[in-house]
Amino acid sequence: MTHVLEARNLVRDYHIPGNLFRKARTVHALKGVSFTVDEGKTLAIVGESGCGKSTLGRIITLIDPATAGELLIDGRKVDIAREGLTPEMRRKVQIVFQNPYGSLNPRQKIGDILAEPLVINTKIPASERRDRAMTMLKKVGLEEKHYNRYPHMFSGGQRQRIAIARALMLNPKLLVLDEPVSALDLSVQAQVLNLLADLQDEFKLTYVFISHDLSVVRYIADDVMVMYYGEAVEYGSRDEVFSNPQHSYTKTLFAATPRADVASIKARLARKNAA
Amino acid sequence: MALLEIENLVVEFQTATGPFRAVDGVSLKVDEGEVLAIVGESGSGKSVSMLAAMGLLPWTATVTADKLTFNGRDLLKMSSADRRKIIGKDIAMIFQEPIASLNPCFTVGFQIEEVLRIHMGLDRAARRKRAIELFEAVGIPDPTERLSHFPHQMSGGQCQRVMIAIALACNPKLLIADEPTTALDVTIQKQILDLLMKLQQEYRMGLIMITHNMGVVAETADRVIVQYKGRKIEEADVLSLFESPKSNYTRALLAALPENATGDRLPTISELFKDQQMLEGAAR
Repeated sequence: MTHVLEARNLVRDYHIPGNLFRKARTVHALKGVSFTVDEGKTLAIVGESGCGKSTLGRIITLIDPATAGELLIDGRKVDIAREGLTPEMRRKVQIVFQNPYGSLNPRQKIGDILAEPLVINTKIPASERRDRAMTMLKKVGLEEKHYNRYPHMFSGGQRQRIAIARALMLNPKLLVLDEPVSALDLSVQAQVLNLLADLQDEFKLTYVFISHDLSVVRYIADDVMVMYYGEAVEYGSRDEVFSNPQHSYTKTLFAATPRADVASIKARLARKNAA
Repeated sequence: MALLEIENLVVEFQTATGPFRAVDGVSLKVDEGEVLAIVGESGSGKSVSMLAAMGLLPWTATVTADKLTFNGRDLLKMSSADRRKIIGKDIAMIFQEPIASLNPCFTVGFQIEEVLRIHMGLDRAARRKRAIELFEAVGIPDPTERLSHFPHQMSGGQCQRVMIAIALACNPKLLIADEPTTALDVTIQKQILDLLMKLQQEYRMGLIMITHNMGVVAETADRVIVQYKGRKIEEADVLSLFESPKSNYTRALLAALPENATGDRLPTISELFKDQQMLEGAAR
């Protein structure tokens, strides 16, 4: 069986041109990352800001080309630097961004936002585009009456639902979720995570879930990859990584995550009283 | 005597569609050396109630309270000049976005010395000495060098340390931290929380921690207030809140934490459940 997504030794360098005051230099954002994701599974990519996880997300989504290495989607090698991006490839991979306030055009109605991927990438007629947008709107838990509204009329959680709906309009196989719930409140976060789980079951979607929140990752992921300064320092199944972290950075990360269970509160209060 | 005492605080904003009540009858007390966490989702009025106590709200806001005292002095009745002598000196605040809350046009050294000049009246040499001392206290490496840096030359975590140093400059009795770690990575968050707790113990400050992160509450607080839509839903010490939450809302919030998930779906709070049962809970 072929993997939905396979990365072999992906490298991405950014060249920063020099000027009068500074020499030109190269930033190695990704230093050779390899992984595979199977259909219907979720790979979580964890790391702190600047570790290259969003760069990796952009490469997988075919927004930026990799400097070196191979990217295979559905078993087919893709190189957008050489061949450019075909509508057919765009239909396979979609992305949901972190900030639902920034990723929707404030001057477009929801219906137009949802139909736009179809306008750009397919030749589907307007009436069918409308039908599909309506169906998708209901799929993500919104109603028909929301079709003609503007993004500012929605809450953060609803906007993230719209962004997810837009990403699903082309029936992609692979969805890259770049911190999709970190801008949301706790209760709304739970709703969106549930929606993502429902959609994954229904459409057999494959997720690449980029996050820095380990509690969310533990809940949603099948496989976990921990990144640190452009390298994958840990990669394995969720249970392996969480129960037996190998790399010292992963251990630091786990130790730093605040715990909200009764036992650790008791331990903390005991330490405090002893001091 | 409590350090900060608020009774029945109401904050209303004048909007185009009529008055909007952001805070609706919140009462709270903080003692010396105590850590109080205020938890709530966005729009629960947790920041607004603290900004009201600090007197930092814009003119569109009307603040009323039965009692609003700091250290036995009535904050509502005093003149704004008197109030300014307390704010920034005895009550200090740390904001959410460290990079946005520092002035990009001045060096961090200038910004911390400004506080010392206005509130403490120190001369130039003493200010500089104290600024270096403070930077050392909050763990900024090479403090003498760092004083002449601008905010954009520092990372988010370093900027938050500078903010904390500025807040601590006049040995405040009460420190209000408004989402101090939300914009930071978990490893940095851990460092900043540890630093705040260490300093709080050392100086015996009252600390109010405003946050939406249950993990942060569990790691820092002595006592917790849960707010929802401008009302206080529950107040309890931290252990009993997590062990046996009394209100439905708190129970639902804790159940929505991904780490507490049992099945393959998270329990969610539906809008209807929120409005009816939550407010019943608040009435009790």
